[in-house]
This record gives sequence, C-alpha cells and structure tokens, in this order.
Amino acid sequence: MFRKVLIANRGEIALRVLFACRELGIRTVAVYSEADRHALHVRFADEAICIGPARSADSYLNIPGVISAAELTNADAIHPGYGFLSENAHFADVCRECGIKFIGPSPESIRTMGDKARARQEMARAGLDILPGTEDPTDDIDEAMGVAGEIGYPVIIKAVAGGGGRGMRVVWSRSEMASSLATARTEAGAAFGDARCYIEKFIDRARHIEFQVLADEFGNAIHLGERECSIQRRHQKLIEEAPSVIMTPELRDRMGSRVVDAVQAFGYSNAGTLEFLVDSSGHFYFMEMNTRIQVEHGVTEVVTGIDLLRDQIRVAAGEKLPHSQSDVDFRGHAIECRVNAEDPFTQRPSPGKITAWHQPGGPGVRVDTAAYAEYVVPPYYDSLIAKVIAHGANRDEAIRRMDRALHTFIVEGIQTSIPLHLEIMGDERFRSGNISTRFLDELRDPGRRQASVR
Amino acid sequence: MNLKELRELIEMVASEATIEEFEFERAGVRVHIRRGVAGVASTPSAVSAALEAMEVERLAGVASPQPEPPVSAVEDRSYEITSPMVGTFYRAPGPDADPFVKVGDFVEKGSVVCIIEAMKLMNEIESESSGEVVSIRVDNGHPVEYGDVLIVLRPR
Repeated sequence: MFRKVLIANRGEIALRVLFACRELGIRTVAVYSEADRHALHVRFADEAICIGPARSADSYLNIPGVISAAELTNADAIHPGYGFLSENAHFADVCRECGIKFIGPSPESIRTMGDKARARQEMARAGLDILPGTEDPTDDIDEAMGVAGEIGYPVIIKAVAGGGGRGMRVVWSRSEMASSLATARTEAGAAFGDARCYIEKFIDRARHIEFQVLADEFGNAIHLGERECSIQRRHQKLIEEAPSVIMTPELRDRMGSRVVDAVQAFGYSNAGTLEFLVDSSGHFYFMEMNTRIQVEHGVTEVVTGIDLLRDQIRVAAGEKLPHSQSDVDFRGHAIECRVNAEDPFTQRPSPGKITAWHQPGGPGVRVDTAAYAEYVVPPYYDSLIAKVIAHGANRDEAIRRMDRALHTFIVEGIQTSIPLHLEIMGDERFRSGNISTRFLDELRDPGRRQASVR
Repeated sequence: MNLKELRELIEMVASEATIEEFEFERAGVRVHIRRGVAGVASTPSAVSAALEAMEVERLAGVASPQPEPPVSAVEDRSYEITSPMVGTFYRAPGPDADPFVKVGDFVEKGSVVCIIEAMKLMNEIESESSGEVVSIRVDNGHPVEYGDVLIVLRPR
C-alpha cells in the first residue's frame, strides 16, 4: 500500500480523496494555488505545498509543479481527481517515467478513450452499439452531407477533442449542414487545438445513462450499475440518480456484462464510466468513456455501499479487486444535486464570501463539500460548492429527502442553484420519472414541450 | 482595535492597488503596511495586538508567507525575490562552486541570484530589481514552494 499520496486537485474531490487516504492510513500531500490557501483539504492534509498563482494553467495544470511537489515530499502516488490532469495522458506518462504511481488507468487507455472517434471505434469493435455517424472524423462536406442523409436529421457535430459538453452543435436540416460544419471546425480548432469533428445521429429526448466500472490490474472487472444523468444544462450535469427508472434487473445485467466485456477487451484498469444515450425504445448507444472518477460517483457509492475512492487506491497499489460481480448489490434509490455558486436562474457565477453555512444531514443525506462558514469561493475555478446526495428506499423517498435536505441547507453571502433544484424536485414530470436531456430546456420554456423544435 | 477591524483595514489597503504604503495609529496600536512587506510596530502594552495582527495578515494573505518579526517594522524600502516554482533551492551553480550571492553583495537587475531545481532541471532565478543583498531566507538545499521569499534586496 502507498505510504504517501499527493492529491493533484482541489475542492470537494480533493477532500474526498483525502478521506479515503486517511481511512487507509496513507499520508497525504495537498498542492494548492495561492487562491486556495485556506482550503479544507490543505488544512487537513499532512503536508501542503503552494504550487502557483490562482490561474489553473499555472497551478493545478502545472505538471512540473505537481511532479516537483511529489518528488520533494517523496509521494509514491498521485490521485488526479476529476477534471484538471485526470484525463491528461501526457501527465500519466510523466508520472510513470518519474516512478510515481498515477491512480487511474494506463496512459494508453486515457489516450484511446480521450480521442472520441477512436473510443467509438474501440467500443464498436467490442460489440457495443454506437450512435450511427461518420466512422472517422470528416472535413469533407459532401461526405458529411451523405452520412447525415443516411442517418437522418437531426444530427450533431462533435469535436473529437471535446468532451464534458463542449464542442457540440446540433444540425436540424440539410440546409444548415455546410455552414454548421465549417463553424464547428473553426471553433474546435480554436478551443482544443484540433479541428477534427465527427457527425452522429442526434437523439431528441434521449436519456443519458452511464455505467460505472471498476477493474484491477490483473484483468478482473466489474460494473457497479448505472446512473441516469439526464437533467443537464448545456450538456453539464445538474442532477444524477441511481437506478434509472427505465432499468430492469435483466437489462442492467445484460448491459452491465457487455460493458465489463468491453473494458476487459482493451485492458482497462481502475475506475471508469461508459456513457450512453438511450432512445425512447430503450436502445443503448455508446457515446464516450470517462477514464477517471466522476463528480457523481457518490450516487453509486450510496446505493452499492462500495467506497470507490478507496478501491481506486487499492487497485492502483496492486491489489486485486476487493469485490466480485456477485458481491455488488443495489439498495434503494439515490439522487444527487450539484449545488453551484451561481444565480439559480441566470447561472451567472456567484463567487465570494459565504457568511452563513449549515449543511443538511439526518437520515439518508450525504453532503460532499469543501465549503464552510467564512469560506471565500474563488472566482477562478468551477462553481461547484457542494453535492447533496439523498438516499431512500425508493425514488419517492429519495425525492422527499432531497427536498427536505435542500430546504434545510443554509448558504448566505453567495447565490446558489438550490432554488432551481427545489423547483425540479417539485416538478410533476421529474417526480414521475418522465425525464430526458431536454428536461431543463422545457422547464424554462414550457411551450417547447409539445413540438420538437429548436 | 479588534481583530476584525484590523483584518478589514488590511484587506482595504491590500485591495487598493494605488496604495504603496499605509500607516495608522490609534489607542496604542500603530499599524504600518507596505505593499509586498507587512510590518506591525506596537507599543509594549499592545504586543498581543501585534501578534494577532501578524496572524490576521497571514489570514488575509497580504503578507509574505513567512511572518515578519514584530519589532523590526522594516523602515527602509526592500524588495523580495520570491520563488516562481516548487523545487529545491541552491545558492551556487554546483556543489563546490561559490554561491551566486552573499549578504552585502550588490546585484544588478537580471543577474542570476540562485537556482531552483525541479524535476532534475536547474532553473536559474534572476533578480527583477537591483540592490544590495540584505538577507537570504532559505538554507541551501531546502525545498521551496511557489511564493516563498528566497532573497531580500535593498534597492538602490
């Protein structure tokens, strides 16, 4: 087992990694930017090193800084959290070369799954259905038109190097195709340095359902069920839940084994998530794979009772998977609300000092947060300040618990998305499970519910 | 003056970019704030207020990471060379070589004053100001983090 782990991240996930390390008796090193001097994970870590100014590029994304800190403290492993360097294959390479264990999959896996087009090819080879689309990225307008014609509009143009909701554009008809493709390529080139785009069938009213997998470095792999993340705003998840209302035990077993076979086929190790779009006839189409721990991992932890962060560390330390597929049990229903520091209706970020704070607790409520009273939410990073996870015997109970938890969550001094989450918990369609990736758009504009218009 | 007022005062001065130096005296407590360096001088009866103020400065993130000794509010102008990276501080180009600078030396702007080694690469650190070396704050071979004060100059 590792003696010392460096946490190359910040905020609630840095704290989450720290918790797992403490429980395993591992010493922790926090690296932080000047803006995070008073962060909780810095306070609780055994050692802390300031690695740069506030700007992420100069601190949390500063590979020499992170590695240098690991070498100075003699850390034997680095946990990259999510975002930042977690899916940076080059960083994983550097760790390997420096003799520091990267807690995650191999650089090769990260590289393969990071290239969206290649990921689709791999998964298609492994037998998963992928959304019909261009086999390879295309800049040929005639080919694009041809493919789109075969698939049928609407289609979506996606940047190969995009992800997390960025670099996407829906095309509703043939007449827009040429200009949309040109614009998408220009934007992708500017945003990601890679103009390549591919084209996919666009499913209106899709459900976003993802499967959590965990594999060791000996070829053993299991799935831990699905999470439904259909409540999204501009492709950013807002609410996640497990299980999905459309899932049956049989469907879960069937999709689960296919997912496990797929990750074993290309030698994946550690935690990962395969994301699918599911159409109204229950057809699962592979979209992308995230080769890291996810923000919403807690939802799965709560329904399975499995500590994913602890297992990530154990697997990376060379242990065999501590559970077999038959050990994985699903109990009850869990919902997570991502509480962001923002205006609940305009989504304008709301950084600043939290003057009063009381987070909810009580039965079935878990809150993952690194915020506290008097904490100053910095303007330099993402706006997530807390994840509230409510667990109940069934979906109804989970919703009632979430509603109660949100009502008893005090945050003053900044604005948060709590009012929006409360509105969603009270929404009839949400409560009946009638959701899709268009849910939030339609909540804002009820006129859009009937017709499938832009 | 209580801790809260002191903290607000420091934050106010710190946020006002045009203020280079600020002095305030009231009821036996004198607060002297200089951009880049913070010092607090106090009458003997307010020593605890001074110590609290040091803590407040540290919390407000105004002062350099190493707190100044309470008595010597640096009256002369001074310039701090801080570390731009995480690594190991070396005073000389090699184990048997002479140090780049000693206390009392005069350095020109742009000259190399020390090395920070990170990931086996030796990074030469140049001074952005000329002046006389007043103190060297880190021992040879010690680790440093971003922002640590390495060398203090008295600009001329």
